[in-house]
Amino acid sequence: MNINRRTLLALALATGMSAPTLAVAQAESIKIGLLATFEGAFTVLGEDSERGAMTAVDEFGGKVAGKDIEIVKGSSDASPDSAVRAARKLVEQDGVKVLIGPLSGDEGIAIKDYAKTQPDVTFLNGSSAAQDTTLRDPASNFFRFSTDGAQWMAGLGDYAFNEKGYKTVATVAEDYSFPYTQVFGFMAEFCKAGGHVPSKSWVPIGNKDYSSVIAAIPDDVDAIYVALGGADAVNFLSQYNDAGGQAPLIGGSITVDQTVLTAKGRLHDVLVGTPAAGPTADTNDDPAWKEFSEAYKKQNGAFPSPSLFAHAYYINMKAALLGLQEVNGDVSDGGKKLREVLSGLEFETPTGKVSLDENRNAIADMFLTEVTEAGDGTLVNKLIKVTPQVNQTLGIPKDEFLALGAVSRENPSCP
Amino acid sequence: MVDTSGSHSNPLAQSQGMTRRQVWGIAVLVIAAVLIWMVFAQWPDWLNSILISKKAFLSAILNGLTLAGLYFLVASGFTLVFGLMRNVNLAHGSLYLLGAYIGYEFAEWTGYWLIGVAAGFIILAVVGLVMQILVFRRLEGDDLRQTLVTIGISVVAADLMLAYWGGTTYQILTPGWLSGAIKLPVVTAVRSNGTEVFLVYPFYRLVVLLSAIVIGIGLWLLINRTRIGSMIRAGVDDRDMLSASGVNVHFVFAIVFALGAGLAGLAGVVGGSALSVAPGEDVRYLLASLVVVIVGGMGSITGAAIGALIIGLAEQIGLVYFPTYGVVLTFVIMVVTLAIRPHGIMGRSM
Repeated sequence: MNINRRTLLALALATGMSAPTLAVAQAESIKIGLLATFEGAFTVLGEDSERGAMTAVDEFGGKVAGKDIEIVKGSSDASPDSAVRAARKLVEQDGVKVLIGPLSGDEGIAIKDYAKTQPDVTFLNGSSAAQDTTLRDPASNFFRFSTDGAQWMAGLGDYAFNEKGYKTVATVAEDYSFPYTQVFGFMAEFCKAGGHVPSKSWVPIGNKDYSSVIAAIPDDVDAIYVALGGADAVNFLSQYNDAGGQAPLIGGSITVDQTVLTAKGRLHDVLVGTPAAGPTADTNDDPAWKEFSEAYKKQNGAFPSPSLFAHAYYINMKAALLGLQEVNGDVSDGGKKLREVLSGLEFETPTGKVSLDENRNAIADMFLTEVTEAGDGTLVNKLIKVTPQVNQTLGIPKDEFLALGAVSRENPSCP
Repeated sequence: MVDTSGSHSNPLAQSQGMTRRQVWGIAVLVIAAVLIWMVFAQWPDWLNSILISKKAFLSAILNGLTLAGLYFLVASGFTLVFGLMRNVNLAHGSLYLLGAYIGYEFAEWTGYWLIGVAAGFIILAVVGLVMQILVFRRLEGDDLRQTLVTIGISVVAADLMLAYWGGTTYQILTPGWLSGAIKLPVVTAVRSNGTEVFLVYPFYRLVVLLSAIVIGIGLWLLINRTRIGSMIRAGVDDRDMLSASGVNVHFVFAIVFALGAGLAGLAGVVGGSALSVAPGEDVRYLLASLVVVIVGGMGSITGAAIGALIIGLAEQIGLVYFPTYGVVLTFVIMVVTLAIRPHGIMGRSM
């Protein structure tokens, strides 16, 4: 991949001759950086996030404030350093003033730190959902119009304990900030309701062989909470099926996302009936969602329903475009005006109203879902319940919430 | 006096050698006895509390063995090619991934999983042959350029495969008679009502392990008991001498390369059925086979088997007992091996 990039760099240098003509083109267009995982284990997710972002661009007809929108893509492999490398390339070489991304949790924290060194550039999150990207030590030019992983879990812990009757749950999740945040969100409710989590397994990203992890899960738990994404989720689920897994599953937001539900393999039986929660629901019959879903499907290679990555990138891209429209595409003041507009921006999305808190993190509706089989045999997330306007502290007063401590492998704990 | 002391010193030296061997023998026996006890006995509580549970421990061991089988299939081709041609084929992981995709396509198309496996082996063997004839033969004797070319091939192949198959995770479906879990005659726990809980293990994984063993034995026989095998061994030792004695070295090279690539393709289909197929697997298996071959010793089939066993077990045990640092374990093993035996466990200086 290095070579790949180096070749690109060489090409970029070689075409430096044509820079004057490019500069003319720039006057008519607005460059927006799009950073997502177009390589590595999260490639599928990255591809879908691009579809989401492009849905927003198409909604504006490819123009904002009379200028053409020029999307410059940057690719990471879900590791923080690759994300920063790609962001630096977009900002320092391509000269984008607005950047949308990244996709995954640790990347988000790294980009937030990078944002502090580039005060003239406006960063909008992609779909990364680690809590501390905005909760602790935020960057003043980093905006998250999508919500975080703990918010996504709203309603799930209660539902698992009270409706499903699960008293003890084991968790299996990837070992980085986003799954910590998801497990935190789930356990916040589940433990409060009286549930217990006797065993937590943290596995490295990109792990292929889960059978040993599956064998180490205690036999006597009522259900297993799984927060894995993309290929990792597919591997876990099919191996869980092969191992004759009996305990029902509870899904993290990206575990039962369209990126996993559409994977080719024997996942059907283990997935049907799995409750989960997240910022989207496939069977949402709100006309705004249906309209978005139709627009999304016009993109190349689209899933039967937009994944939450497509959704998050759509929302952030749309926020950026709304902001740019408001300032008439003018970022010559280092984007100051744009950021003022964004801070106060409140708009209707396919999933309800979105506004920002003082840390520039979104407050939005959350959806409790359950995997069901649609008429045509595809798997979809059926909407069970909407939790309206969930904020980052999950309704808990902020001081009290901060006192719970930063999310980690050990926090929270209720064995 | 002098005589007796002289005659004494000799048997003494001999008996010292014997005792050393005996000590090793006893150590192996004790370890084997402990392992057998761990498999069949019902575990006391203190052991369960150290190793989570008997089920977790035994599953980790079994998974380590099956993963080792998979690593061996990939690494044996890698090590054969290196041993003979001194060519570190860094496109070996791409051969694995391509084999997996081709196996998937054929299994889907024909509906027979075994045809997928055969197609993975045969098509990749042909691809290997073409690579050897079109690329490596032209760069013969120029090891560095050959290695750099393989990096180039792997980068191009990865992007082409991503373009064609996309980033979706594929799973090659195993036929009904291979899937599902079976009960092994090992009791992992006894319930309070006296019923015994048996260890349940995916049947397909045992088949993977078994086929790796069969292929390993087959390779060993091929290399140690056949004419072409003796040519390969001679080639590993001294390429020029082999050529001078009238053997068509290019023919031997082509056979070995095709065999190595075919094994990578076969491993791709088998591994893609046990785990899954997705972009990035190429690098993962390249790295795994590099570590396996470095630990086991470049150019040795037995070394590849030992290396695969160590790395496979280390990965799985690490994953269960210290997941956060498990990834480091493989590399610690590699570093330690390189420090103690720079040419790997079964390796010889070249």
